[in-house]
Amino acid sequence: MKKLLIIIALLPMFTFANTAEKLESAPIDPSDKASLQRGARTFVNNCLNCHSANYMRYNRLVDIGLTEKEIEENLLFAGKKVGDTMSVAMNPKDAKKWFGVTPPDLTVETRARGVDWFYAYMRGFYKDESTASGWNNVVFDKVAMPHVLYQLQGEQVLNHETHALELVKPGKLNPEEYNAFVADLTNYMAFMAEPAKQQRKSLGIWVLLFLGVLLVLVKKVKAAYWKDIK
Amino acid sequence: MADQKQNINAATTDLIGWVDRRFPLTSTVKAHLTEYYAPKNFNFWYFFGALAMMVLVMQVLTGIFLTMHYKPSAAEAFASVEYIMRDVFGGNIIRYMHSTGASMFFLVVYLHMFRGIIYGSYRAPRELIWLFGVGIFLTLMGEAFFGYLLPWGQMSYWGAQVITSLFGTVPFIGPDLMEWLRGDYLTSDATLNRFFAFHVIALPMVLLGLVMVHLVALHEVGSNNPDGVEIKEKKDKKTGIPLDGIPFHPYYTVKDTVGIVVFLIVFAAIVFFAPEMGGYFLEHNNFIPANPLVTPEHIAPVWYFTPYYSILRAVPPVLNSQFPGVAAMGLSVMVFALLPWIDKSPVKSIRYRGKLYKGWLAAFVVSFLVLGYLGTEPSNLWGQLGEWAGGADRATVVARIFTAIYFLFFLLMPWYTARDKTKPVPERVTK
Repeated sequence: MKKLLIIIALLPMFTFANTAEKLESAPIDPSDKASLQRGARTFVNNCLNCHSANYMRYNRLVDIGLTEKEIEENLLFAGKKVGDTMSVAMNPKDAKKWFGVTPPDLTVETRARGVDWFYAYMRGFYKDESTASGWNNVVFDKVAMPHVLYQLQGEQVLNHETHALELVKPGKLNPEEYNAFVADLTNYMAFMAEPAKQQRKSLGIWVLLFLGVLLVLVKKVKAAYWKDIK
Repeated sequence: MADQKQNINAATTDLIGWVDRRFPLTSTVKAHLTEYYAPKNFNFWYFFGALAMMVLVMQVLTGIFLTMHYKPSAAEAFASVEYIMRDVFGGNIIRYMHSTGASMFFLVVYLHMFRGIIYGSYRAPRELIWLFGVGIFLTLMGEAFFGYLLPWGQMSYWGAQVITSLFGTVPFIGPDLMEWLRGDYLTSDATLNRFFAFHVIALPMVLLGLVMVHLVALHEVGSNNPDGVEIKEKKDKKTGIPLDGIPFHPYYTVKDTVGIVVFLIVFAAIVFFAPEMGGYFLEHNNFIPANPLVTPEHIAPVWYFTPYYSILRAVPPVLNSQFPGVAAMGLSVMVFALLPWIDKSPVKSIRYRGKLYKGWLAAFVVSFLVLGYLGTEPSNLWGQLGEWAGGADRATVVARIFTAIYFLFFLLMPWYTARDKTKPVPERVTK
């Protein structure tokens, strides 16, 4: 019986260990507010023109250390209020005509694809003349989106023998700087996907502490009642 | 019985007495709690009934709060879930409690059923308790399935699309039946609305009714125990109380409270630190809004349905019809109802059974787990066999073998339980 319990307890490890492809772990720190703020600026300036984040309110950025005034002055598009969600003006039908697909809403993108995927995606664009935009991506074959950040990263090509990306034309940032830049954006994307995640975890510690104390008490009550049962 | 009840109720005074003369309060409390005698040798496995009750209550309560903010419409459902996660006070915790509760409900129910199997709790005179329990299990599966559509993500949508299309394989009436269930030619707003109705009203009522008769039947015949001996056969001559029985309250209420707190620690650890459980409790693809035009590459049900899903995939089509697979899947769930009549062993508990039964039970448990694992993965998981096997998927072949073992456990049960060498059962319960 005990053996069976151990097997059942270990089973999740066996299944969770099975991941299809290994991606480099994204170097992000959800408690680093400066990184989150840099990521937010990158997101609003570069992504929010085509992609929406329809479930994310601007004033939620208060959680990463910005004041409503700072948000209004630096991050808000004209005509928006600080309590609005990050919607875009582009008509989805037009977008489909221009890009072939409607750019997906990005609010919970990293919950669908994972932060590691996003980190690899933003660094994985390479020149490919066979596609409509002239760009391809190592983790998203034939992606419709062109490389928006190519001025920063430069141009990469895929070496078909080693399957590695090679930088053939440097951008404004060197590779380390660009990786850090993408890491900040990834950090922000993870925050936006679940803004209350950090609060949830810190609340969880208190809940577990309370339950731990309660367990000691209910065990004593049980022992007191059961002392006569042979 | 009625006289006795009246005596109990006539003896009380004051407010309780006033109520008792109008409503059987004291007699009910006595019959079901303070003078319901349960065997004193319950072990670890006996926590899961109480835990299932608690999870049920939790699902109902969190469900009520979710219903206050959720919008059952294809245009608004996904956004309303994110609204709950972001803008509703405590909404994220309530939602995670409900989603984690669904998985944990199945976990405790599976362990509760396993307890019933190893100690022969389904045997006479407890056949009806078992049948009501199978009813609860089936209703729970329906409840989980209908609820899974509500977030209106890609997995919600395509899961519902796949499961409803199974009904399309029924000979002759299939396509009409499928359309009738969906309320449309494919899963749509109409489907979401009716699934919402089933999830929040219809099935919860059935579930609560079944849980009540499950308990009424249990308290009529009394609980089984790890030794599988009837405690009512050895009673104290003066008091008429079973010698090995102790009042459910306070003894098992305080003991179950310990179990509940341990369970809540595990539960809180998941809710607060890993609510997605690596994609097993909340699937990654379900964070993409439902899109009828884009079929996900790999559609897998949530983990608690995967053993049956594996069986569905393992059975090959016959005459171009998938119906045999669907029928096998249905049977794999219903077959539990037969246990009281196909088990021919002279003993109830696994403690006094022989090697033959234990071997078959172990094979069944392994089959269930392997099928469960395979159901979460695409069938080309382990690649293909060579030319000699027609290039069949390795995982499919393995699933077929374990599907056969799964059914043989039940099919051969009358034979191996009758033949098994059993040990003598003690007169009274042991430690």
